Amino acid sequence: MSTLPEAASVRASPEPAPAGTASLPVESEAIAFDIRNFSLWYGQRQALQDVTIQIPARKVTAIIGPSGCGKSTFLRALNRMHELTPGTRLEGSLRHFGSDLYGPGVEAVAIRRRVGMVFQKSNPFPTMSIKENVLVGLRLNGVRDKAVLQERLEKSLHMAALWDEVKDYLNKPGTSLSGGQQQRLCIARSLAVQPETLLMDEPCSALDPLATAKIEELIQTLREAYTVVIVTHNMQQAARCSDRTAFFYMGRLIEFGNTRNMFTNPGNPQTEAYVSGRFG
Amino acid sequence: MKSTLVTGVLVVCALAVITPLFLVLYFLLVNGWSSIDWNFFTQLPKPTGETGGGMANAIVGTITLLTMASLVGVPLGVFGGIYLAEYGSDIANDWLRFAADVLNGVPSIVWGMVVYLMLVVPFKTFSAYAGGVALGLMMVPLVMRTTEEVLVLVPQSYREAALALGVARWKVIMVIVVRTALKGIATGVIVALARIAGETAPLLFTALGNTFWSHNLKEPISALPLQIFAYAISPYDDWHRQAWAGALVLMALILALNITVRVLSRDRNKTH
Amino acid sequence: MTHYAEEMNQLKESLLAMASHAEAALTRSMRALVERDDPLAQAVIDDDNIIDQFEVEIDDIAIHLLAKAPVATDLRLTTVAMKISQNLERVGDSAVTIARRAIELNTEQQLKAYIDLPRMATMALEMLRDSISAFINREPDKARAVIRRDTEVDNLNRQLHRELSSFMVERPANITRCLNLMVISKCLERIADHATNVAEDVVYLYEAVDIRHSGQKTHEDKDPGS
Repeated sequence: MSTLPEAASVRASPEPAPAGTASLPVESEAIAFDIRNFSLWYGQRQALQDVTIQIPARKVTAIIGPSGCGKSTFLRALNRMHELTPGTRLEGSLRHFGSDLYGPGVEAVAIRRRVGMVFQKSNPFPTMSIKENVLVGLRLNGVRDKAVLQERLEKSLHMAALWDEVKDYLNKPGTSLSGGQQQRLCIARSLAVQPETLLMDEPCSALDPLATAKIEELIQTLREAYTVVIVTHNMQQAARCSDRTAFFYMGRLIEFGNTRNMFTNPGNPQTEAYVSGRFG
Repeated sequence: MKSTLVTGVLVVCALAVITPLFLVLYFLLVNGWSSIDWNFFTQLPKPTGETGGGMANAIVGTITLLTMASLVGVPLGVFGGIYLAEYGSDIANDWLRFAADVLNGVPSIVWGMVVYLMLVVPFKTFSAYAGGVALGLMMVPLVMRTTEEVLVLVPQSYREAALALGVARWKVIMVIVVRTALKGIATGVIVALARIAGETAPLLFTALGNTFWSHNLKEPISALPLQIFAYAISPYDDWHRQAWAGALVLMALILALNITVRVLSRDRNKTH
Repeated sequence: MTHYAEEMNQLKESLLAMASHAEAALTRSMRALVERDDPLAQAVIDDDNIIDQFEVEIDDIAIHLLAKAPVATDLRLTTVAMKISQNLERVGDSAVTIARRAIELNTEQQLKAYIDLPRMATMALEMLRDSISAFINREPDKARAVIRRDTEVDNLNRQLHRELSSFMVERPANITRCLNLMVISKCLERIADHATNVAEDVVYLYEAVDIRHSGQKTHEDKDPGS
């Protein structure tokens, strides 16, 4: 009788994961933004209608929707940047880790130190070096201690995956970097003031695919320490980077859920039509 | 055929514009160059009738007056420009710009008369202070408008980026926006200086002029335009000669200022 | 390693784990047959749900990866992973059938010494091992070699089929046992076919060439299953 070859060592069986669960929203999960019945008007035009959403902490939440659906407006309301446009009016409540962002006596400046923002087109300050750019937020808020500044400089540039590329050139002008590097510099600049939350308004739309990939990887790393909310018009990017996705249309929140489900089995037919590219 | 004719006409017009500048420089050089010597820059004017001497005090006086004018004109003009660009309501700002434009058109002699009433009569003396203030006030509308224009050119994205870092608005404006526009603001200031450097009328009622060194800003002070005027209308040939020299030096000063402006502007274009 | 690369890796590792379970199922079912070990055969039947779970998990991972729009090799890997998992699941099912037949055979006397079946099983197992190894180690040529060996297994199956048929005609008392043995032989031939499918998928993955149905190997018409 010929002997049978012995079976390879049997590996442990997998946790049988039922299809499509990944991370279901858990009641005990920390909430970064608790938003209820939030509406916003630019003069007579209503840009956001009755939005209610709980954005979880230390996760990446993507906001998708066609042009003009209010996603950028919504993002800017999260750190009161919409106040730069005169004539805006809002209703409803918006809480950040429990504190009312629009309460009486709450200053926008204080909010923005906790909720940072990165913009679509990278904008390092042209008169400043790389080092000065990263530290400008700290310096203008009165931080003088050189040890603290140096530590934050290194930490932020490491977090933005830029340290290795610029560590020997910290005194070169911020504008001497490539587009993707400039955007990472802007991210480092925002991280240096140590916000709890980082908002990103289509951060990759002006970048080439390689630079985009680097920033997408960076976003996934940031998740461990920060809450990230990212507006994107690229569905695949939302699928790659985020844990939760919110779909906005015509100023309303249509659907909000786990990214895995939103792109494989959305609940709302409008969501399905949008992610399939049938409109917008 | 027609296009050649039009081109020809345009070329002639362009030459017609440039020609006076060359004429000015030519006459100044022909008449004044021979009188430029070490004495001219180091000696005081001689008493009436005597030959020789120089315009040392006038040159120093002009520089002094321009410095004092800057102390008045730059802060008022720059902050006024900042206000127009960054603050204020649309209606208030419109009126402010209108006022600035009107002020720009006020005849320089009127400025002199006003400052005479403000600073000469109460103190019962002509002074360098009065001259500086008069020139400075003339600078203000120019500096204000150019500052505003340059600030408006700073992209909004820089303001937003700085605000998003949690920096107070006034700091954003002073540190980020103004710093970005600094070259443009400096350019505006220098243009204004070049404009007032040759003003004579306001100084007639304020600085008055001085044949000696001024040791005190509360005293009358000499200035190139004043000295040139005094010499030019005199009957003495020697003084006429010196007047030409003075005019040449003044023109050189203004040219130097304008060239500085050019150099600054070119640098700005390169880095962007 | 980027997060994306880690997810691709997770897919590969799940496939490898599933493959080792499938290989083990085959080995154990054959041992249960040869050593007439009922409890072992039952264990194979019970453990099949582990392999099924793997298929569900791998398909789930692959679908969610597809939403991220992978391209080139990543895209082929994602689709190939789903196919390989399906083939491995079928291998598990075939092993279960062998185990069931073994239990039935053990209720009667052993007909004769098992020589050919273990030989077929060894060949099928090695084909499976080699195609998985070609997958891990990026060896499309090794995969092509696997495909060529399928003919031998097919021939063995046909030969066994003839032998058992004549056995059944000689002594009707043997019929039940012979039929069970024929089913087992068919299962082994099926397993070899699944190994061949995996090998074809490996060639597609690494060479982007679809060699299915291209006449590079012959296929028996599939008999109705057991």
